[in-house]
Amino acid sequence: MDLFEYQGKSLFARVGVPVPDGRLATSPTFARTAANELGGPVVVKAQVQVGGRGKAGGIKIAETPNDAEEAAAQILGMDIKGHTVHSVWVEEASNIAAEYYVSFTLDRSAKKHLAIVSAQGGVDIEGVAETDPDALVKLHIDPVVGLTEWQARELVYRAKLEPTAARKAAAALKKLYEAFVSLDCDLVEVNPLILTGGGEIVALDAKVTLDANAFYRHPDFGEFEAAFTRDPIEAMAMESDLNFIKLDGSVGIVGNGAGLVMSTLDVVDLVGGKAANFLDVGGGAGADTITNALEVLTQDPSVKSVLITIFGGITRCDLVAEGIIEAFGRLELPWPIVVRLDGTNAEEGRAILAGSIDEKLIPAATMREAAEKAVALAGGTG
Amino acid sequence: MAILIDQNTKLLVQGLTGKEGQFHGFRNRDYGTNLVAGVTPGKGGTDLEGVPIFNTVAEAVEATGANTAMTFVPPPFAADAIMEAAAAGIALVVAITEGIPAQDEARVFNYISQTSATRLLGPNCPGLLSPGKANVGIMPPEIAMEGRVGVVSRSGTLTYQAVHELTTLGIGQSSCIGIGGDPVPGTSFVDVLALFQADEETDAIVMIGEIGGTAEEEAADFIKANVTKPVVSYIAGVTAPPGKKMGHAGAIISGGKGTAAAKMEALSAVGVTVLDDPTGIGTAIQTVVG
Repeated sequence: MDLFEYQGKSLFARVGVPVPDGRLATSPTFARTAANELGGPVVVKAQVQVGGRGKAGGIKIAETPNDAEEAAAQILGMDIKGHTVHSVWVEEASNIAAEYYVSFTLDRSAKKHLAIVSAQGGVDIEGVAETDPDALVKLHIDPVVGLTEWQARELVYRAKLEPTAARKAAAALKKLYEAFVSLDCDLVEVNPLILTGGGEIVALDAKVTLDANAFYRHPDFGEFEAAFTRDPIEAMAMESDLNFIKLDGSVGIVGNGAGLVMSTLDVVDLVGGKAANFLDVGGGAGADTITNALEVLTQDPSVKSVLITIFGGITRCDLVAEGIIEAFGRLELPWPIVVRLDGTNAEEGRAILAGSIDEKLIPAATMREAAEKAVALAGGTG
Repeated sequence: MAILIDQNTKLLVQGLTGKEGQFHGFRNRDYGTNLVAGVTPGKGGTDLEGVPIFNTVAEAVEATGANTAMTFVPPPFAADAIMEAAAAGIALVVAITEGIPAQDEARVFNYISQTSATRLLGPNCPGLLSPGKANVGIMPPEIAMEGRVGVVSRSGTLTYQAVHELTTLGIGQSSCIGIGGDPVPGTSFVDVLALFQADEETDAIVMIGEIGGTAEEEAADFIKANVTKPVVSYIAGVTAPPGKKMGHAGAIISGGKGTAAAKMEALSAVGVTVLDDPTGIGTAIQTVVG
């Protein structure tokens, strides 16, 4: 789960990494009040779960509360890469002497933690990686041992951060790593981590991705989630424990198993259509789950046909078939449904479907045939 | 000879007395797997359908000689259970549990590789099946048949799909291995490819990958240098949008990395037959085996 900057900064503050004082504002008036309270020049920053907001005009410096109100008025409601800005973070402007880059993440091939530190922060780090790869200092950390003192020092000196701030920078690295591990983050990225004119190390930005699998040990993370505006269809799917992602096509997809569903999206694309969603009912889905899944799809007006693809392992195809029949009885289903069943009790499942006289129910023998039929019924491409 | 499990497997189930552990543990036994013990702390000394239950893995190993553990322990306790099995000298731990925090997985993987000779398969995997010999995990064994094609996959249902395509055409499998969809799999494609390459009863390999990470690219490098048997591959997620976790914790395209296209290209470049439709796996194997 990607956090807003202000949420990430609240976690940094928790582990003792200095961050500028700031306030969250959801209206220009609130931004003005925030600037007033903070006193002096402020920075008004769009809160979106996507990078590149600076380039998009989502960050503005404001000398006065008036300016802050104006800046907020411009930024709020802005669309940044498909994300609408609902709030701004108003924080005291910093006196920047140097900008660094720091990140902690998991290196999946090495199966170790990876620290990246650079003295060239404040810019697009992928650009630095391309033009000056030596400017990025990388170090693997054994997750059993954690980031040691000497490793933190080595990162600071090898990356050539300001030597007079070395001790403070190394301490900040240790604390950020502690946040990465103890708060169960997939990613902690600070760009920039700054050295102030006064010689302090401060996190000026925060890009934090939390591991949803670990939420059970961080009950307070629920409040972060509550701050996100969730797509209403996604919210409904979540309530039914369905793994749903909205896409931009017209063929609704229901399947069991992430790999199989992903693969179904690909086959739909291959035969010239586009999937409206990713929907994985998970393992062991019963009739109810299938009915719920179809009900979720009824909320999406862009769906023109539905493709159900099941490979029964733990999941029993006869129960899936019952769920489909039940959905036809209980819901107003506006589209034709192409069904492909294989695996555990597939024959029983097909027999149940064959017993239904609903003309909107179309059987298919293979995944490809199912995709072709569903795409044709959705009106071809698009 | 199958890889990793066979007639000599002595299976212990961590969480045998739970609903899922019981269902799959006994399903594995019904297939012919030698299920020797269950471990549930607090229930030691009892038995379940004739299988003795122990409080600790060490006790179970001492009493039964168990060499393989299957873990159904819930996520908050799963990492600990894996370390317990490794400490007790279990050779292969198959972790079925889905939803273990990534930080725990990273710690556990490194810990057991530093302190034991244990191989971990998973977590978040469907397990493995050696048709006609043993089944450890949640794969439906009726779709498989004995034969000489090795199957390895990051996805559960796509493994079943691939096995089904092969069996439908009368092509049997030597072993079917699900390595799981998490970011830190205990056993990687490369590990399994090495085992299949060395296995005298495997003639060809089916490898099913998906978006996220670089495991398929590393597999391509390994195939180029070490694998002489024909490999057929399918990668799911060609149309997956970046930045979205597609069901599996590890299936995400981030920072432009981990795309299906890059993986397919890497595999094609080293002579692997790469398919764009998983239902073509059976016929593709027929072609390469001849």
